[in-house]
Amino acid sequence: MTGRVLVGVKRVIDYAVKIRVKPDNTGVVTDGVKHSMNPFCEIAVEEAVRLKEKKLVKEVVAVSCGPQQAQETIRTALAMGADRGIHVEVSGKDYESLGPLQVSKILAALAKKEDASLVILGKQAIDDDCNQTGQMTAALLDWPQGTFASEVTLEGDKLKVVREIDGGLETIKINMPAVVTADLRLNTPRYATLPNIMKAKKKKIANVKPGDLGVDVSSRVEVLRVDEPPQRQAGMKVESVEELVGKLKEAGRI
Amino acid sequence: MSNPLRGEVIRLYKNLLYLGREYPKGTVYFRERLKSAFLKNRDVTDPEKIRKLIDRGEFVIKELEALYFLRKYRAMKKRYYEPEH
Repeated sequence: MTGRVLVGVKRVIDYAVKIRVKPDNTGVVTDGVKHSMNPFCEIAVEEAVRLKEKKLVKEVVAVSCGPQQAQETIRTALAMGADRGIHVEVSGKDYESLGPLQVSKILAALAKKEDASLVILGKQAIDDDCNQTGQMTAALLDWPQGTFASEVTLEGDKLKVVREIDGGLETIKINMPAVVTADLRLNTPRYATLPNIMKAKKKKIANVKPGDLGVDVSSRVEVLRVDEPPQRQAGMKVESVEELVGKLKEAGRI
Repeated sequence: MSNPLRGEVIRLYKNLLYLGREYPKGTVYFRERLKSAFLKNRDVTDPEKIRKLIDRGEFVIKELEALYFLRKYRAMKKRYYEPEH
């Protein structure tokens, strides 16, 4: 039985919310908007909890980086079955510029500190769509990586990962410790029910600062502008084939 | 007066109320229907009947969880994966 699984969870704007861009184009409106756990992170938590239920791992630790509200996301992970949480407190300016590189540095430092034998993350977050954190965490730790996992099996000290690739599946076998990122079809995450959320309040959430882990969260990426996607142009009705051909010629399509 | 199943019924109501916060048609829509469904059976005193109604409530919880999961799964699939041919 291997030791500990570290699961990264991110608090993002809920998938069902219509995203609005701030009038000054510096970002998106987050105040008073419903947030929840990134759907791919839910899949990662579920996979870790299932490994624990099969008695293949001893402990599941949920980690989230962000302001005070990130604790709610950790609480959801605890309600789904994680044993304890670590809240890496990043707020204000640092949080606005927090990117995959900074988060992967934090996760790598925590994986070492907690002596984790497996790190499971969602393949990407639905807010920035970066799809980089897992890969960079593996690189910083110099651990093998199994990205876009649609099936994970523990085989002794090795890990069999079925990966979703363009047009098919790829099966790889990697050594532990490793980093795995969850794809959509890996499992069906359970719902964090009210009784379980209440029970999760008894579980511990440790609070750490990036500085405690020796991680510098300053970012070298500058966001210049955030724009809404272009609106779809209205269509038009044509009366005859001639008119259609004429319009298409006018638009330079034929 | 106090029924031994009272606690269980209240717990069921609370759990459903919590689930209703995510209901696609809105929390208010869900809450109204939930309340009327419970009020409709307020005079039921037979423990066996109450048990049956609680079981039905538990079934609705399972259905709602499945609904939310599918809704999210479909949204993710539509956004991130090409349609299958």
